[in-house]
Amino acid sequence: MDRIPILKMGSLLLVTIQVDMHDQLAMQLQDDLTTRIVEACAHGVLIDISSLEIVDSFIGRMISNIAAMARVLDAETVVVGMQPAVAITLVELGLSLEGVRTALNVDRGMQLLRERVDRDSRQ
Amino acid sequence: MVAGPVLRQILAKYPKELLAEWVQNQQASAATRADLMNEGELREQCREFLTLFQEATRNGEVESLGGSEWTPAKDFLAGISRTRAVQGFSPSDTATFVFSLKEPLFARLRAELKEDAAAVAAEMWTTSRLLDKLGLYTMEVFIKNREGVIHRQQQELLELSTPVVSLWKDILALPLIGTLDSERTQVVMENLLQKIVSTGASIAIIDITGVPTVDTLVAQHLLKTVAAARLMGADCIISGIRPQIAQTIVHLGVDLSAVTTKATLADAFLVALRRTQAQLPNTKL
Repeated sequence: MDRIPILKMGSLLLVTIQVDMHDQLAMQLQDDLTTRIVEACAHGVLIDISSLEIVDSFIGRMISNIAAMARVLDAETVVVGMQPAVAITLVELGLSLEGVRTALNVDRGMQLLRERVDRDSRQ
Repeated sequence: MVAGPVLRQILAKYPKELLAEWVQNQQASAATRADLMNEGELREQCREFLTLFQEATRNGEVESLGGSEWTPAKDFLAGISRTRAVQGFSPSDTATFVFSLKEPLFARLRAELKEDAAAVAAEMWTTSRLLDKLGLYTMEVFIKNREGVIHRQQQELLELSTPVVSLWKDILALPLIGTLDSERTQVVMENLLQKIVSTGASIAIIDITGVPTVDTLVAQHLLKTVAAARLMGADCIISGIRPQIAQTIVHLGVDLSAVTTKATLADAFLVALRRTQAQLPNTKL
């Protein structure tokens, strides 16, 4: 069965979605990711959806849920590389992903997460 | 049902006389617009139409103009409807051009069928209906052309009115001019998002100085654009809010608190420069 790989980089987790998401895959990702956050004591999750070209309301809600779950586990989620068409679709579906941080590309997303991790470690 | 036998006879028998009478009648009436078209041109159009009309009535259906017999006549009418519209004729002038053929035709019909009142009435009825349809056809063509022009202009307006300007590294500006409807918002949104991707900008300033009114719908469209840009990882600032518009927004209860708003583009630009920590070259211009 297909799985979306979750890579660990220091205290950050990196998820790149390279295939079209279907519902089962999204559920699996939700499971895997929460498990990995706890295992790795991750403080940040970066989800790259630049190859994702089709979304529906379920996937949209899933992304939102994953971010909320990660926050409960004290990890911040940044969604990066959303395609214009996907952004328009999500807005039209009424899902503006409140509470999920976004960035244009992996670079910017990493920068955001590092800032947060640095801030946390200073406190 | 085909055209009455007498009508066909008349068209075949008196083409020259009909043409002369028709042209004369038209010149006598005001609808000819001698200022827009000279006599030679008018005569040429009349002659050609009479020829095509005669050919079509020889075996064409009178009930509808759908048959292939009518195609040449209809094409010709479509052509003159177009050229006359360009020349400055009103659509009723063009329709009147066709309708005015009734007068000489009816006169001939009466002369031909002197003694038989019922036959005159029947022939007149079919002829009249036929010419009405042809006249209305010129009207239809005129309207279709107009609709084409309107559609094209709409498209041009859509393309022209949504430029996305790069102000600085990482800063885009989107000066909106004119009313925002859902179709335009769609185009604006797509343009902005494409540009965000291609330039990698992190801040977009939406300037609504040129938007005449902001109602709940327009505000909703704006908020959608802002939300979509945010999903891609770019912040939006709305600028150019005029005093009246600020009042309207508050009276309507539109919540813009989630978006940074500024009164002028200059203010918004300053905020954007600070947020991107832009380095200004320290040189005199």
